[in-house]
Amino acid sequence: MHTLDNRLKRQNLLDILFRNITRLSAFAVLALLVGIIISLFLGSQLAISAFGWGFLTSSEWNPVTEEFGALVPIAGTIATAAIALLIAVPVSFGIAIFLTELAPQWMRRPLGIAIELLAGIPSIIYGMWGLFIFVPIFAEHVEPWINDHLGQTFLIAPLFSGPNLGIGVMAAGIILAIMIIPFIASVMRDVFDIVPSLLKESAYGLGATTWEVMYQVVLPYTKIGVVGGIMLGLGRALGETMAVTFVIGNAHQLTASLLNPGNSIASALANEFTEAVGDLYTSALIELGLILFFITFIVLSLARFMLYKLGQNEGRSA
Amino acid sequence: MSKLNRLLGSIGLTAALLSAGSALAVDITGAGATFPYPIYAKWAEAYKAQTGVGLNYQSIGSGGGIKQITKKTVHFGASDKPLSINELGMAGLTQFPTVLGGVVPVVNLEGVAPGQLKLTADTLAGIYLGKITKWNDPKLAADNSGVALPDAAINVVHRSDGSGTTYIFVHYLTQVNSEWRGSVGANTSVAWPTGMGGKGNEGVAANVKSIKNSIGYVEYAYAQQNKMSYAQMKNRDGHFVSPNDDAFQASAANAKWKAEEGFNLMLTNQPGKDSWPISGATFILMHKQQDDAAAAMEVLKFFDWAYSNGDKLATDLNYVPLPENVVKLIRDSWKDQIKATNGKAIW
Repeated sequence: MHTLDNRLKRQNLLDILFRNITRLSAFAVLALLVGIIISLFLGSQLAISAFGWGFLTSSEWNPVTEEFGALVPIAGTIATAAIALLIAVPVSFGIAIFLTELAPQWMRRPLGIAIELLAGIPSIIYGMWGLFIFVPIFAEHVEPWINDHLGQTFLIAPLFSGPNLGIGVMAAGIILAIMIIPFIASVMRDVFDIVPSLLKESAYGLGATTWEVMYQVVLPYTKIGVVGGIMLGLGRALGETMAVTFVIGNAHQLTASLLNPGNSIASALANEFTEAVGDLYTSALIELGLILFFITFIVLSLARFMLYKLGQNEGRSA
Repeated sequence: MSKLNRLLGSIGLTAALLSAGSALAVDITGAGATFPYPIYAKWAEAYKAQTGVGLNYQSIGSGGGIKQITKKTVHFGASDKPLSINELGMAGLTQFPTVLGGVVPVVNLEGVAPGQLKLTADTLAGIYLGKITKWNDPKLAADNSGVALPDAAINVVHRSDGSGTTYIFVHYLTQVNSEWRGSVGANTSVAWPTGMGGKGNEGVAANVKSIKNSIGYVEYAYAQQNKMSYAQMKNRDGHFVSPNDDAFQASAANAKWKAEEGFNLMLTNQPGKDSWPISGATFILMHKQQDDAAAAMEVLKFFDWAYSNGDKLATDLNYVPLPENVVKLIRDSWKDQIKATNGKAIW
């Protein structure tokens, strides 16, 4: 009796210990997050008091006269991430459908592993490949076509007419798409795999096509995971530094054309932080970091909100 | 258990011995500019082999170097952009140059051989201001009779990161072009009126190589190693010169260095018929009043050794050693600039 009591007591103690350790880990992340925000905020005080809200709307970036504005990098960050998602989401969806539904069994594992390997390639490799292999091909064969066709189309013409440099916002978006496809595709594949075959078989039994099964059974069942995968990819696209730096052209110029060189927040930071001489310059760069933080925060909140809305509509239609 | 203990004990003993050994020789620490990092590393390696004193140099960028030396976390700072005499005075620093580097315009033009294209102060500034936009512009053609310049847009490439190379390049443009001086100015990075940016010398070199009809500027070493098509520049005396060690040295020899101004001098647009117009030095920053005289002495000894024995290593890496008269000025400046707490000269 006595020994049992002791053992129970010890178990109880271990439980408390374990609970507190896990709680500490979770709170440590929170503390880190708050700490980063505070230090970014403090670091950017100088720039915030010098430029105020005008920092967000000014396209000036002049280290000589120390006038800084974030409009060009903000626009570049959003544009490249948007292009990347526009390309990566449908492609990843296709990869995931093929791997879970259509591919023969023997092909699934090697293809899946290949995609996971792609996810592990360091970003600088993508950047160098982009600059030395992709950019010349893009400049010579793709951009002239874009200029001749999309560049002549009503309304979207300003977006798609520019010099055939190869380097630019468009090229950066495409490289980012290639980089985030493995992330999104492997998450999508994993969540598609957990859909109970009972559900899918029932739908097939009712005469549904593969597309109908994917779109009306698998996707609704896995939507949280799918959105999560897309967010993971988007997060990487927003914060990607090296690969973007190589191909975006790093020019602080605001133009409508996606073929022109531009800049993104992460790549401006990577480029200019080391040799930023002067407190205001450094502070402006830190404020850029703060803005990137907020952009990511807003994007994640929007995704949460979207999921919440989807959840509310559940079971109403059909 | 006892075996493990003995093992741990012996490891501890070795560690203690090792740390005691390294504590005997004081390592010098420095931080700053990335441009001279390869040569400082080479010098440090050779110096350690001879004297046993090591150098721990962190190439974190000029901005970081200035911050660290101001906070006294390192024995010396290094900057590509010389500090003005006011800035030096406020931080209580003294400054001296170590090696020179030349900056070279490089182009990617089909059918134009290295050194065939001739540029002047006006045409180079015009291109980087976005005023001259076509390769067959009459202004370019005037200096380049016999060169087949294409009817194509000029794709301008510059550095995207802040750098000493950029500082030398735009410093030259501010010297020779009033419009550049008025609208852009000089710094380690500037608001470029036109063009796209490449990260580092290698980034600019890669962009120029992969984009047709482009022009960029890189350190001389990069133009050499990548066999890029460089341009000749018209210097102050009106001669077209090719970039090479002699042309860089010529501009350094003709320059008027002054120790009392912290050697704050860029070798841009210097007189002399053989002078290459776009070159500059990289600088070391030290506190005038040294709390740790022994460590300061080690730093000075290191650079003294480098000035006497490091020229060959420097030229191997395509840096240009300082002329003898400048080195003498520097050694003299150490005597009256760098003092211990008791006011005695350290050197």
